[in-house]
Amino acid sequence: MTVLGSICLWLAFLLGVWGALAGIVGGLSGRSDLARSARHAVFAMCGALLVAVFSLEWALFHHDFNVEYVAAYTSRNLPIFYTWSALYAGQRGSLLFWATVLSLFGSLAMALTPRHNRPLLPYVAGVVCAVAAFFLSVMLFGHASPFERLAYTPLDGNGLNPQLQNPGMVFHPPMLYLGYISITIPYAFAMAALLSKKLDSDWLVAIRKWTLLSWLFLSIGICLGMWWAYVELGWGGYWAWDPVENASLLPWLTMTAFLHSVMIQEKRGMLKKWNLGLIIGSWLLSIFGTFITRSGVISSVHSFTQSSVGYFFLGFLLVAGVASFTLYATRLPLLEAEARLESMISREASFLFNNLLLVGIAFSVLWGTLFPILSEWVKGTKITVGPPFFNQVNIPLGLGLLALTGIGPLIAWRRASVPNLKRQFAVPVTVGVFAALIVLVAGMREFYATVAIGLGAFVLGTVTQEFARGARARHRQYGEVYMLALGRLLARNRRRYGGYIVHTGIVILFVAFAGMAFKTETEATLRPGESVSLRSPYGSTYTFTSLGLSQYDALNRQVTAAAVEVRRDGKTIGLLNPEKRQHVDGLGRPTFQPSTEPSIMSLLREDLYVVLGGVVNGTEQAVFRFTINPLVWWVWYGGLIVALGGLIVMWPGGGSPAVKRSQAGYAVRLVGEEKT
Amino acid sequence: MRRRNDGTTECERREFLGIAAAGLLAVVPSFRRSVAVQDTLPGTGPSGRLWDPDRAGRPLPPVTAADNDAAIQAIEKQIHCTCGCNLDVYTCRTTDFTCAVSPAMHARVVVLAREGKTGQQILDQFVRENGVAILMAPPKRGFNLAGYFVPSLVILVAGAILTLVLRRWARAVPAPVAPRPSAVAASPEELERLRHELDRLSV
Repeated sequence: MTVLGSICLWLAFLLGVWGALAGIVGGLSGRSDLARSARHAVFAMCGALLVAVFSLEWALFHHDFNVEYVAAYTSRNLPIFYTWSALYAGQRGSLLFWATVLSLFGSLAMALTPRHNRPLLPYVAGVVCAVAAFFLSVMLFGHASPFERLAYTPLDGNGLNPQLQNPGMVFHPPMLYLGYISITIPYAFAMAALLSKKLDSDWLVAIRKWTLLSWLFLSIGICLGMWWAYVELGWGGYWAWDPVENASLLPWLTMTAFLHSVMIQEKRGMLKKWNLGLIIGSWLLSIFGTFITRSGVISSVHSFTQSSVGYFFLGFLLVAGVASFTLYATRLPLLEAEARLESMISREASFLFNNLLLVGIAFSVLWGTLFPILSEWVKGTKITVGPPFFNQVNIPLGLGLLALTGIGPLIAWRRASVPNLKRQFAVPVTVGVFAALIVLVAGMREFYATVAIGLGAFVLGTVTQEFARGARARHRQYGEVYMLALGRLLARNRRRYGGYIVHTGIVILFVAFAGMAFKTETEATLRPGESVSLRSPYGSTYTFTSLGLSQYDALNRQVTAAAVEVRRDGKTIGLLNPEKRQHVDGLGRPTFQPSTEPSIMSLLREDLYVVLGGVVNGTEQAVFRFTINPLVWWVWYGGLIVALGGLIVMWPGGGSPAVKRSQAGYAVRLVGEEKT
Repeated sequence: MRRRNDGTTECERREFLGIAAAGLLAVVPSFRRSVAVQDTLPGTGPSGRLWDPDRAGRPLPPVTAADNDAAIQAIEKQIHCTCGCNLDVYTCRTTDFTCAVSPAMHARVVVLAREGKTGQQILDQFVRENGVAILMAPPKRGFNLAGYFVPSLVILVAGAILTLVLRRWARAVPAPVAPRPSAVAASPEELERLRHELDRLSV
């Protein structure tokens, strides 16, 4: 099967090269035969890559340890779920996964793009094929083929890194990859628009769903990554400003900026240059993220993914960046705005400042991530840029962004009047100030946390007011009961009100992040029966009592587990079982260093997080770390709401343009009829 | 019971029930005994030796007061662990219990603190011994100031430019024409409805 896989890789590469040439030449020369051939090349490449993926999965499931990749990332006793996910656990497999998903997305774009956007498709096929061909060339010419064989066949494989043996890791990488990969489709449409000089709003309509899909995958991928870091790595946090984490945040920030600024182009025909720049930038950042992850140019906790292929990506990044922006520069005269901003106090202006902050945060994250390299170049001194730096620079910017999340929806399009502003801002500002005062009176003295809660309440006030006014308008106009009016409001205005749901999720995330300012932790050595107490920020006292240690064998690991009884203010609330794990292969040989498996009790107000560090002199006297993390459950809840809002926004339907036009006519008549 | 050729055993129902009942009778007394002679009640049992201590990783020393000292922790959170983990010393030593580097760095911090050195003096000592990369964030001096202030400066300058451009654009657009006298004034409620309709249709 691996021979078939290798053949398919070569076939896909050749198809990619042909598709790139045929698509772009066919588009530029107007030759329909070449355009058709490029389209078919995308489908054929997708088919070849799916067969290659099937071949690799076949080798993984049949424990073909003669295949280097299979021996490196699996073992006979690896659970089946993780054997499947080994497809993207290593460098080589993830490159294959990337190329396959890209060709799949490319095929979907070919099949689903409406007829009136068909002139763009040859170029789209060309760009998709070119990018996929690059990934395939890395595999074939960068000694990164997942089908390479060893000179001998080991009895068992090395097994999967214990940190990756977590359900979060099964879903986090593919989600993030899907986010990164799907940006290629909007980028391909942007390039198609530039190449074909069809720079009207058609290409924007064609990429609307793709940009949302990409943003949604990135959001889910980032949240799952945070969850994985929290439940698996054992340091009691979920975001450490690691370069690879930063790399995933960068395209998310620029895509979020695009999702806001594109509304201005759709409504007013403005910001054409900016929006194209954002799409190109987002795609380049997704490649940059891959470069950071793969190259090891900056030290990262994700060092297990490093290899020599990183510099292929650097080269590709430079070539693609220069080519894209050169083409962009030649088309600037065609990208003039159709309208001008009418007032500084308008939703357009607030969206522009929102974009400024989003792109500004992206810049500061990029700057901080690359500053160690810059410092080494300029001064010859290696420095470390860790969480203290990023928190100092980004927390104020993030709070500014949170404020704009509430301000934007309150300002009218085009021009807002002072009475209108007063009417719109009165309730949300009151709610925000009131919330900040409450937490101050309650004794909170953390400046940023207080501001975050005040601004969060302000944004929630905005969202609630928007929903309430919308439902009330429907109730008055159609006589619907409020709950029905609310449901229909959401169903018929998915983009707007789904967006407000996303804002609600973001508020919850910000407030939950603020909770980490009140983290409490202690280390203790406990014999069976001994206890340690920890006071939570809410005033409760938690007592942790060690009940002893036990040892047992599981499928692919030897486990030392502690039993820790938890009491809150003297009342027993549960048992926690942190573990030390020694992973072994099918022959019982240790495969990795012993790892810790924290045990977490997630409560609505706080998480109790216990780590078993190890034992003293081989006895049941054990070293523990106990942590109380406030509001962590709300991070996952906020992430779910963001994803739900994103799904609502991109859910298909909502009426055809013809229906909307007829509704517009009806609305105008309605106003006139009532007055006459 | 008869043994089949494939190694499994054929068992009649009566025989099966008999075996099951015997098994149950054997389990009940042993369960009672295990409850009666339980000798590891919390707080009463000795900290016995583990069956296989190697499975629990590297042996650890008991936690001391210095390990939980907030001042020591605050210093350690500013020092980069050199084991290659990309974490600070405190996080590494309380997370990666296989690391031998962070406990040694922690011990060094404790020794320096016991010598009466302040937090800044301890950090300076680490910088002298390991270079500035030992700090989790670069000190705010020299070229490092660019690291801290360039993002804020860029955003401020871009914000100022954006404000100027927007004001120019806003001035370039003629003021809205005053409504014709013949136009019928709309009530606030109608305007609200219109605004919602327009918003709805334009999304």
